[in-house]
Amino acid sequence: MKVLYKMTQVEAKLFIREPAAMFFTIAFPVMILLLFAGIFGNEPVPGMPGVRSVDLQAPGYTTMVIGTVALIGLPITLASYRQQGILRRMRATPLHPVTILVAQVIVNLTMTILGILLLLATARFIYSMSLPEAPFSVAAAFVFASLSFFALGFVLAGLFSRVRTAQVMGQVIYFPMLFLSGALLPREMFPDFIKRISDFIPLTYVVELVQDLWIEGTWNLTALAVLLGLLVVSVAISARTFRWE
Amino acid sequence: MSVLGQGPQIAGRKLRERIGVQLQEAALPEDVKVWEALDLYASFYKAAVDTRPLLKTWGLEEKADTRFKDLSGGQKQRIFIALALVNGPELVFLDEITTGLDPQARRTTWDLIRGIRDGGTTVVLVTHFMDEAEKLCDRVAIIDGGKVVALDSPEALIGEVGAESNVRFGGLNGFDPTPLRNILGVSRVEREAADVVVYGNGPLLARTVVELDRHGITPSKVTVGHSTLEDVFIEKTGRKIRD
Repeated sequence: MKVLYKMTQVEAKLFIREPAAMFFTIAFPVMILLLFAGIFGNEPVPGMPGVRSVDLQAPGYTTMVIGTVALIGLPITLASYRQQGILRRMRATPLHPVTILVAQVIVNLTMTILGILLLLATARFIYSMSLPEAPFSVAAAFVFASLSFFALGFVLAGLFSRVRTAQVMGQVIYFPMLFLSGALLPREMFPDFIKRISDFIPLTYVVELVQDLWIEGTWNLTALAVLLGLLVVSVAISARTFRWE
Repeated sequence: MSVLGQGPQIAGRKLRERIGVQLQEAALPEDVKVWEALDLYASFYKAAVDTRPLLKTWGLEEKADTRFKDLSGGQKQRIFIALALVNGPELVFLDEITTGLDPQARRTTWDLIRGIRDGGTTVVLVTHFMDEAEKLCDRVAIIDGGKVVALDSPEALIGEVGAESNVRFGGLNGFDPTPLRNILGVSRVEREAADVVVYGNGPLLARTVVELDRHGITPSKVTVGHSTLEDVFIEKTGRKIRD
């Protein structure tokens, strides 16, 4: 336990010392909220009495934090640890290698939650966003969705051994996902064929899971099943493909 | 194969408690500070030494708060040695430890390696520098294509190749050195660029100079050499250096 504690402590410091990670996890989502709410305002949503647009959008933007950390940050960190020989050096000690991965998950999960909280606090104080119907379920959904996406991040880090490739592949997957999932733009705006593409995108289900819990207080079982499936498949793949050197 | 009396494949983690490793292709995260890295690595072992004296020994005391990426090449090298010693190992592997160091830093590192040895730790030093092996090692193994081709003390290995000395000189002015082979005690004569090297036993220098004088040649830049570990290496590995 002492080892895990130390490792987590050091990894947390390293995360905080990386300006890009801090910017995209902590600052960027808040900027997106301010920008989009500034452009579109905080209007009542047609067909949903008592719901204003920020009540839908802010929970949607939280999925951006999850996606950035899981698909951009995590694969780059793991790939560079491998490419530079950081993992190789640690393998020459009695350290159990899983400790490294557990510490990564703890640190990245904590930073994701912090980013989400800051985003939601901003939405609450500036746009008087409504509070969630089921706050504990929402929190559980954030953790579950994060773990599910982190597992996908581990798959990327396993499949692409070079930092540059892992980085590019993370972006190739993440950015279309961001725009097509309804995380940034409401799905209601999409034409039918884009909605259909959207159905095949994992991030869509994070948006649905979070928004449903937020507005209605109900678990979207389809979304839950998809994310569980993603978690199981990703863990299985990364356990087979992840390399230490 | 056995290390410290244990099979490395079986003993794995238990064995790694007792050995230290400095790898050639290894790194630390860019933004980790020197003290943090040592502190972290110390936590990996059941029995770790106090990291502060270790920092001092390896001249990293003032750099304790510096990030890894801001260290010089020599400092990076030293932090890896410190990390290899953080568990007070019985056996430590140092891989190409002085590669890329300036002569000053190299000599300082030699003294520190002798210090580790005098502290009772067995040091396995991997190096391409034969002078380094000759000066530092009690026993030398020459490895060629993954096989140990020679294993003994440096003195014994040099003695085995032969106690030949050599005379090297320039300033031939077109003189063909072939007749020098007939000098008493000379085993071979080789040209190396503009120089000629005469190998053999006995009063080699005097005889060579006399012979050259007989041909009206005054040699320049005359040096006398003796067999070194480098000659042993070349002899044992077939006269060409491979990577």
